[in-house]
Amino acid sequence: MAIRVQLSPRQAEAREEYESFAREAVAPSANGWDRAERLPEEFLKDFADRGYLASAVPPEYGGAGLDAITFGLLNEELGRGCSSVRSLVTVHGMACQAVARWGTASQRADWLPKLASGEAIGAFALTEPGAGSDVKALATTARRVGDGFRLDGAKRWITFGRRADVYLLFARLDGLETAFLVPRDAPGLEVRPITGVLGTRASMLAELDLADCRVAGDALLARPGFGLSAVAAGALELGRYSVAWGCVGLSQACLDASLDHADRRETFGVRLRDHQLVQRMIADMATGTAAARLLCQQAGWLRQARSTESLYATWLAKYHSSVTAFRSASDAVQVHGAHGCGGDYPVQRYLRDAKVMEIIEGSTELQQTTIAESAYHARPRATAPTSPTGEVTA
Amino acid sequence: MTTADHKPQIFAFLARYFGEHRLAEDEDMFATGFVNSLFVMQLVLFVEGEFDITVEDEDLEIRNFNTVRAVDALVTRKLAVGAADRRP
Repeated sequence: MAIRVQLSPRQAEAREEYESFAREAVAPSANGWDRAERLPEEFLKDFADRGYLASAVPPEYGGAGLDAITFGLLNEELGRGCSSVRSLVTVHGMACQAVARWGTASQRADWLPKLASGEAIGAFALTEPGAGSDVKALATTARRVGDGFRLDGAKRWITFGRRADVYLLFARLDGLETAFLVPRDAPGLEVRPITGVLGTRASMLAELDLADCRVAGDALLARPGFGLSAVAAGALELGRYSVAWGCVGLSQACLDASLDHADRRETFGVRLRDHQLVQRMIADMATGTAAARLLCQQAGWLRQARSTESLYATWLAKYHSSVTAFRSASDAVQVHGAHGCGGDYPVQRYLRDAKVMEIIEGSTELQQTTIAESAYHARPRATAPTSPTGEVTA
Repeated sequence: MTTADHKPQIFAFLARYFGEHRLAEDEDMFATGFVNSLFVMQLVLFVEGEFDITVEDEDLEIRNFNTVRAVDALVTRKLAVGAADRRP
């Protein structure tokens, strides 16, 4: 895989804008949003007005149509400030991507301008009480009634489900995995907030109950049978990419906080930064973050080139970034000592948020098994077996 | 209208997934057990990138993707439509 690391001038300029926004308008409020378990409406309006909700919408529908690297940079900087805000870009972007990629002309014209402007916020409703990583266990059903559909089932852990106006929702239609666009006001849909979660607490999780929920015929997105393999897979691909970059920002935030604290705090007559065991933690954070960023950039360039290798590269990036974020956050709390466990410092939030990153958009274990399997696919066939010493044996 | 055979490129792409298995051009790829959940995405990305076509919602039918022959036919159809659209 080719690796490029240099940002274009436009990308570098965008990164500066995102960094400035996250530093001034996101990070200072993130602990408060975490405690309140919600993002305020005034913030969401400002966020939409700045065009950040338009990032995954094509320009012809009022979107920003960001290139893959610039979209990644937005996620990195938001992830550095608040993982819940980054989660909004993730799930909203997944809904936008699915409509733009698989929607009919009418669905694109109806939904994309609203999603781009923030008039409508989108969410991704796949997970169910009995179907998480095992998406094939999808049990929500759909049936044709007249010109429309009736949906029955339950969805759980739906990020921004409390706030969303439209759900990219998956159900079985005649047994086939199928995607639907379900408006928030669909009769028979009940939205219940989920509170008290471990991390990304301001991401306004909800569970959805669908009891004879009625949607129109144009709620069907793409062909029945391709709901998971094309629509959900494509959306989750974007989601993994977004989370991977967000984890780079989260790791960077852990490093930033640790550098500051270790520079100020003294123990045993010297600054923390002079203790070699603290230096080990800081070195690991710095190295892990840099490596994660490179993997994300590699995935980004491959996405931009529409390479088939982009999928594998994104799995590598998400796996490494999320594991690095959790280790960085754990070390950042350690560097802060008791302060790190309290609510005045952000590192305890980073730790809780980082654990969530190892579960969403493909758990660490799913990443590991998929990457291992793909590594066999990528292995050159002509390679002769080698002995443990590296000598060719056949 | 192009009548070129795209099967050699398709077989070359699929080789990494099927290893030693000699895939026949009319063999159902999804029934072989060699492919995982990422495969459909990778196949769509491949045909779009390799042949410079766009797979649309209406192309999403199993019968367009389940065999090498079906993928070849889809590519031929899409290229023919594209060529007709470009004709003055």
